[in-house]
Order: sequence, then C-alpha cells, then structure tokens
Amino acid sequence: MRHTLGGKIGLAVLGWGIAVVMFFPIFWMVLTGFKSELQAVNPSLFFHPTLSSYADVQSRANYFAFALNSVVISVGGTLLALLFAIPAAYVMAFFPTHRTRGTLLWMLSTKMLPPVGVLVPIYLLMRSTGLLDTRTGLIIIYMLMNLPIVVWMLFTFFKEVPRDILEAGRMDGAGRMDELRHVLLPLSLPGVASTGLLSLILCWNEAFWSLNLTSSRAAPLTAFIASFSSPEGLFFGKLSAASTLAVAPILIFGWLSQRQLVRGLTFGAVK
Amino acid sequence: MLQAVQASGPASSSKSRRGGRSGMTMPLIAPSVVILLIWSIVPLVMTLWFSFRHYNLVDPTQTGFAGFDNYVYLLTDPDFWASLINTLILVGGVLLVTVCAGTLLAVLYDTEFFGRSIARLLVIAPFFVMPTVSALIWKNLMLHPIYGVLSALFRDVGLSPIDWFSRAPLLTIVGIVSWEWLPFAILILLTAVQSLDHEQREAARMDGAGPVASFFYITLPHLRRAIGVVIMIETIFLLTIFAEIDVTTAGGPGVATTNLAFLIYARALLQFDVGGGSAGGVIAIILANIVAFFLVRSIARNLEV
Repeated sequence: MRHTLGGKIGLAVLGWGIAVVMFFPIFWMVLTGFKSELQAVNPSLFFHPTLSSYADVQSRANYFAFALNSVVISVGGTLLALLFAIPAAYVMAFFPTHRTRGTLLWMLSTKMLPPVGVLVPIYLLMRSTGLLDTRTGLIIIYMLMNLPIVVWMLFTFFKEVPRDILEAGRMDGAGRMDELRHVLLPLSLPGVASTGLLSLILCWNEAFWSLNLTSSRAAPLTAFIASFSSPEGLFFGKLSAASTLAVAPILIFGWLSQRQLVRGLTFGAVK
Repeated sequence: MLQAVQASGPASSSKSRRGGRSGMTMPLIAPSVVILLIWSIVPLVMTLWFSFRHYNLVDPTQTGFAGFDNYVYLLTDPDFWASLINTLILVGGVLLVTVCAGTLLAVLYDTEFFGRSIARLLVIAPFFVMPTVSALIWKNLMLHPIYGVLSALFRDVGLSPIDWFSRAPLLTIVGIVSWEWLPFAILILLTAVQSLDHEQREAARMDGAGPVASFFYITLPHLRRAIGVVIMIETIFLLTIFAEIDVTTAGGPGVATTNLAFLIYARALLQFDVGGGSAGGVIAIILANIVAFFLVRSIARNLEV
C-alpha cells in the first residue's frame, strides 16, 4: 500500500507507541532489578545501578538449582511428549480412519479439564508412588499436559507433507518405522522443531502443577519466584531481580526462535 | 522413482491407506491414546468418588458416604454462582479484548514502517513471561497504589491514584490476562494477514475501496479461520486461569475475583474439604465438557482429516 510521508510517520509512531506500552512492564522489571531497595519504590528512570538485589536473591535461594530443574523438566517433558506424539500424529495424518477425527478432538478436549479439578487425586497418586517433589513426576505431568496440543500441531504439519513422497519410499520397500524416521521426520523437521519450542515454553511457564507438586528438591523457577512473592512483596528490588532471572532465559530463547515458533502456533489456521 | 509414484496412482494409494494395514498402525497410536485415557479417567473417577464422601483433611471424624450433600452444599452456595459468572466474564472479557485488538494490531504490524521487526519483538514479549511473574509485575511495579508507576503517572497529572485491585478487581485481572494473551493473538493473526493476497487488496484499492472497506470485506473474512484458532486455544487456557488470581488478589475482595478453578482450590486445599472441592471439580469438568463440545463442533468444521 502507498502512503504519504505523513502517513508513514504516523504509522511508525503508532506501531512503536503500542510496542513500547506493551513492553514497558518487562522493561521496568529489568530496570528495577538494578535498583537498591530504597530507589526501587521510587518510580524514576534515573538511579545509580547496583547489583545488590541480585546478590541478595542469590544468597537467599540458589538460582542455578531452580534453573537446572526448569531446564531438565521442560526438556524432559517436551522430548517425552514428542516421543509419544510423533507416531500417533503420523498414523492420524497418513492412515486416517473414520475414528481419526473423533480421536483428535477427544484428545484436545482432555486439555480443557481444569487441572484443579483433579489436583487432589493426582497429589495422592504421586505421593503413594513416591513421585511427589521429583523431576520425574513433573516430567510425566507436563508430558500429559501438553500431549494433546503436541499431537495436534504435528498432525497439521504432517498433513502438509505430500503423500506421494512417502508412498514412493514405501514402493522402495521401506517399513513403517523407516518411513517415519528417514522420510517423514527429515521433511517435517521445522514443524517438529516449532512444536517442541511451544511445548518448552508452556512447560517453563507452567505454574499450577509445579507449585502444588514440588517443594524443594524438584522445584523449578516458578517456585523460585513464588518464594519471593507474598510475604516480601514490597521488596521491589529483590522481586524484580528474581523475576528477571526467571524470565530472561525463556524470553531470549523465545525471541531467537520466534520465526520458527510462529509456524507452529498457527495450528494449521494459515494456508 | 517418479514413474513408481505415478504408477501407484490415487486409487491404489487410498486402498493401502484404508485396507488391511490398519492393524499395523495400532502400536503407533495406542500409547498416546492409552496414556491420555488413563490421565483423563483415573483422576476423574477418583474425584467422582471423593465428591460423594465426607472427607476433610483436618477433621478425621468426617467420614463415610455423603450422598449428594457436597453437591447440594455447593450448588446452594452463592459463592459458587458468583465464581461461575466470574469465570465467564474473565474468559469472555479477555477473548473480546485480545481478538479485537489483536486483529487491528496484526493489520498495523503487517504494514511497513521504520523498525517494524524490532517493534514486533517488543509486542510479543509478554507471551514468554510466566503468569506468576506477570501478575507480580503488574500488582507491585505497575499498579501498586503508592509505589506503582501508574500511580506516579496519575499523581503527575493531578489525579489521585486508584487502588485497582479493590476498586475494579475483576476488570484489572481481565486487563492483566489480556496483556499476557494479546501477543499470542497478534502472532497468529499477523501470520494470517501476511498470507493474504496483496494483489487482491491492491485490486480492491484500485476499484475505489477505502482502507476501512477493504478491512471489513477482504481482511476480516480471510482471518476467520485464524480467529477461530485464537478463540479455541485461548479458551482452553483461560478456563483454568489460576496463578494470576492466586498472586494478585487470592480471589478477593470477598469473592470478586474467584473463578471456578480458584474456588475449588480454596475449598480443597485451603479449607481442607476434599469432598466439597471434589464436587466442585466434577462440576468444573462437566462445564469444561459443555464448552469443549461447542468449541470442538466449531473447529471440527475447519478440521480436514
């Protein structure tokens, strides 16, 4: 579309204005993390930067232990979900039966059950199997939590792969698993990657199961940040430093992978 | 190779797809179906069982079969109905804001302007922030009645700061959650706008269609499917919002910001009434299924299998 110079400047101002407003809370969080507690309660752009809040946070809770738990649980849950979902999505995309559509929709509907409705039974089951407050326990929960969405996204990606290519491989005598591993996966690797990315982000940010099913050993960053919330809510500096530490890894990761991620997010809505 | 593809033809390929091979596909799909079945049924059955029992974690004298007591207690509790309405307002409000603003902003960020790609990165950033952290930032750094940035701005222009969480609690939560989900709507709708045929829009412009007309008659119909996806995915997550409420208001003041998820949590884990909480869980599951039924029916039309 053609625009006058004035129109162009107006668009840039509007686009940037909204971007700045949307990003401001995050910017302010990072900024406040570098303030001393005394400066933090004074909403001003000008201050003497200090690392004292970060030092306080680290001395109170070992950030790296929480971060390691977050990484292990998110990656573990995502890989496990992909392991279960890839064969299932493959079958649904290439060998559909009259039940396929129903199965896919049913899987999605399990995602709508409020986790809080089944918290007590899950808690009791985890306790009796010794999985409470373990990374394994959360990995299993996260895998189950994301499986429907992962299956669905992979399904839409696999459907884009031309059937002819797979069938050509079959003519050459490739078995089902060979076909999946050597033909389909390489072809749809970008789709699998963006599915994995979304699952990673959802696991990293999940705050219901992680808060209720872990206490110390397996606690991820959501628990780390929760420990800085209520009783000391007014220590803005420490709160901001801890928040920045919890968000920074996934935010940078998300920014770097946004192009890839967007492909997956559309869930086949864009043709 | 190419000849083999052509030789196989459509008829034989569809035969091999449907015919005798379905037995061989079972081992591939069964694991996912089985674990999801267990995941959705075992806790459900246990919840159902607890919901018909007197079961309080701190009062061991309460045992035995309760009949429908837990349900009657819950359904006659005005808090339950309030939480139901709050849930609807929360889901509906956030959907309204994110879909409307998301569509307009997707069109905005589709047009070329200076530094657009960086502006886009800034806009989508909230999507990556964990709900607990967004709630904490908004509650303390932004909206705090004394030390918050917004309060400082209010004072600068001569207004008195507002204590958002006591004056307009539910609306404030809708605002925070909308901030979290707007980037998601923009991302999906932007991708959909980009796939729009630019020649078509150009042709419409030549025919004298203004930007408003071309938005309503070309862009919006093109976005239908993408908007459907936004609504469905967001609804799945919005129905079970928990962290934002827990961190900011803990359901209060009174029950002003208690949604169904938080009500069950409060019953089961704060009041230790497992029976009552489970009854709430069963009702939440029934409601989720009603919503799921309508949502799934509308996506089923868009789903090509």
